[in-house]
Amino acid sequence: MIEYDRFVLDNGLRVLVHQDHSTPMAVVNIMYDVGARDENPEKTGFAHLFEHLMFGGSIHIPDYDEPLQRAGGENNAYTTNDLTNYYCQLPTENIETAFWLESDRMLSLAFGEKSLSVQKKVVCEEFKEHYLNKPYGDVWHKMRELAYKVHPYRWMTIGKELSHVENANIDDVKAFFWKHYRPVNAILVVAGAVKPDDIKRLAEKWFGDIPMGEKYHRHLPVEPKQTEARRAEVYAKVPVDAFIKTWHMDARLEKGYYVADLITEILGGGASSRLYESLVKEKQLFSALDVHHWGSTDKGLLAIEGRLVNGITLEAAEQAVEEELAKIQSITVSENELQKVKNKTESMIAFEDMSVMNRAASLATYELLGDAQLMNTELGKYQEITVGDIQQYCKEIFRSNNSNTLFYHAQK
Amino acid sequence: MPDRKNAPQIIDAVDMHIALKPYESYTLDNGVEVYAFNGGEEEVLMVELVFFAGNWYEEKNIVAATTNFMLKNGTKKKNAFALNEHFEFYGAYLNRHCYNETATITLHCLNKHLSELLPVTAEIITDSVFPEQELGIYKQNQKQRLEINLKKCDFIANRLIDEYIYGFHHPYGRYTSTLDYEALQREELEAFYKQYYTHGKCIIFTAGKLPADIVPQLNKAFGHLPFQQNNLSDKQFNPAPAELLKYNILNDPDGVQGAIRIAQPFPNRHHPDFSKMQVLNNIFGGYFGSRLMSNIREDKGYTYGIHSHLQNHIHTSALVVSTEAGRDVCEATVAEVYKEMAILRTEPVEEEELALVRNYMIGSLIGDLDGPFHIIARWKNYILNGVTDEYFYKSIDIVKNISAEELRELARKYLNPEQFYELLVV
Repeated sequence: MIEYDRFVLDNGLRVLVHQDHSTPMAVVNIMYDVGARDENPEKTGFAHLFEHLMFGGSIHIPDYDEPLQRAGGENNAYTTNDLTNYYCQLPTENIETAFWLESDRMLSLAFGEKSLSVQKKVVCEEFKEHYLNKPYGDVWHKMRELAYKVHPYRWMTIGKELSHVENANIDDVKAFFWKHYRPVNAILVVAGAVKPDDIKRLAEKWFGDIPMGEKYHRHLPVEPKQTEARRAEVYAKVPVDAFIKTWHMDARLEKGYYVADLITEILGGGASSRLYESLVKEKQLFSALDVHHWGSTDKGLLAIEGRLVNGITLEAAEQAVEEELAKIQSITVSENELQKVKNKTESMIAFEDMSVMNRAASLATYELLGDAQLMNTELGKYQEITVGDIQQYCKEIFRSNNSNTLFYHAQK
Repeated sequence: MPDRKNAPQIIDAVDMHIALKPYESYTLDNGVEVYAFNGGEEEVLMVELVFFAGNWYEEKNIVAATTNFMLKNGTKKKNAFALNEHFEFYGAYLNRHCYNETATITLHCLNKHLSELLPVTAEIITDSVFPEQELGIYKQNQKQRLEINLKKCDFIANRLIDEYIYGFHHPYGRYTSTLDYEALQREELEAFYKQYYTHGKCIIFTAGKLPADIVPQLNKAFGHLPFQQNNLSDKQFNPAPAELLKYNILNDPDGVQGAIRIAQPFPNRHHPDFSKMQVLNNIFGGYFGSRLMSNIREDKGYTYGIHSHLQNHIHTSALVVSTEAGRDVCEATVAEVYKEMAILRTEPVEEEELALVRNYMIGSLIGDLDGPFHIIARWKNYILNGVTDEYFYKSIDIVKNISAEELRELARKYLNPEQFYELLVV
């Protein structure tokens, strides 16, 4: 049970306080309700570029990192298609430094041209390092475009293309900040050896006078239900063929999400999973195989991807995958197998919750989803799932009309 | 409105109380040493068995790593699937890793399942059978993975720079080819396994919210296994650094980035300069606010990241600068690295920057000691490197007190371009 106090400042900033008196370090985590899905299709990659700019100086403080490091702290941030999260950890005695820094950059950035021009280059190098200069680096770029026609999940967080990042200008930066980085669109979580009253006082002091801003209401285009199997082929200079297939699944808070999570584990979680045993070990079709799903807020994808053993055709690999999927639809999984993936889920949650930093980020994520208390009720939702649920949801999602298949050919 | 222009008062991290909490130690019936740290709120724990079974001890390339990997691939009683199924059913993680000197088997699990998991962990140490078919699958898949990695400039660069520093015949400088995988024989693995696992030297580390009977449980599972704690050969290797210092390798004609490595040999942590160098390294390229990051990423935007570090080896070490930079700015990046070295050799670090680095290093040390797993990891590193908590407190003392002049002298000794290997892989 993760306990926390929650209050809301007059400007709409939601504040959660989680006490853990066993640690000398405090965590200050701020999550903003904006991700790559909120971008203009012509200016993709912007939410992530913006995350870099948040370290380029705020209205009263030229440099974010330096004072934090001086206070013995460390920080980082990440952007997903759904949200942007900033977190720092520092000795509890110096927690006010984090309030000072975070509130100033929520008040206003400095909007320096230099920071923008440098960070555009840095992000372009990040783009190259992770997506261009790596074999198979563009797989998800292609898959997203195949599976989504209107919803903004059709592009990656890093952006659709380098030029979108290169063309960002300071007016875009300002508009984005004033639209999304307002107290009313943010969640502050403080965790560690802290007292809620002290945090309330600090939150009022540092964040209380920041104008509320306008609540951002998301009106994203809804992806129409897919009605035909989609396929694409890619040829690239890679050593071996790769296979990737995805299916649309439920959104984060829908029941199907939890079922899909367990299905993912049954099919591909670990060396005793079905696909690993059958396709890697027994039939030796894949040299590497991974089953996963996005965990996204809106309806996301469940994916099976792998690299083929030399001499195996993509068609044969796909057929073997389909046979496994047919099996899980026609023969109910055993209670034992279901219990295994529930045990794994329980254990995963326990290990994740060991770190104060993870607890803080999870609280923020659940608060953003609608209710921080979800953090304590998640496991129960998994426990309720039956073998019948698994079978039924497999039938629902693993339909050909709901699938997207990408054959990634090694160009000889 | 609060005073936003001036930073709130802070307590310098260097003035904070910092202590490395002690471990408890036990000896099992067969002489195996157990180092335990009890702490944490969640009902979880880890048990790590460390064997002196790294590639230091192999007679043939990749035998140590393969033996370690194959430990989960079948015992006399259970095939690979049944073994994995057993650990996964209880939501446990059984990981294994092979390093240079050591190789490990690590169990993470919920406390309530420990007694189901320890006996099977022991079975892996005494009864592994290395099935031919599993080895065949492993070879095939590893070869493919290697072929893919060989397309990556950073992977190539990491292999080559170690070879330049230590020589290919040194365990730290050796790497694998697809032919090495093909040459592997089942019998070699079995022999290595018997000598270095079943009858090898073992040390156990455990941490978490430990049950009261943890030592009896460990003794029951591992205390009667036929380890031979003094069976270790005293193999020595002398590094044979390459003569040529500069290398340009073309790996991918269409690549958009180059991988840069700039490195030189450095003594291990028993050398008096090691802890001092940690401070200089931090300033140079060891954290986000370092000179290299500030200049080459935050000012010039040549790279997503550039770092320097001292390798964590037991016998001997190296100082390595590494980055991936835009292909057209690789040369400029290398030039800037040398410029930063020159500045550190000529200009003393200003007190403001030095104070920041001192606080940052102590702060991250406090953060690193957070939780039982982190604490035992530090102890493990100390014990395997043959140092005690005296090293911990001495290092802290150096972080707190090293002077700008000492750092400049250190830079003059260790940051000279002509002493560095320089490698660019594009």
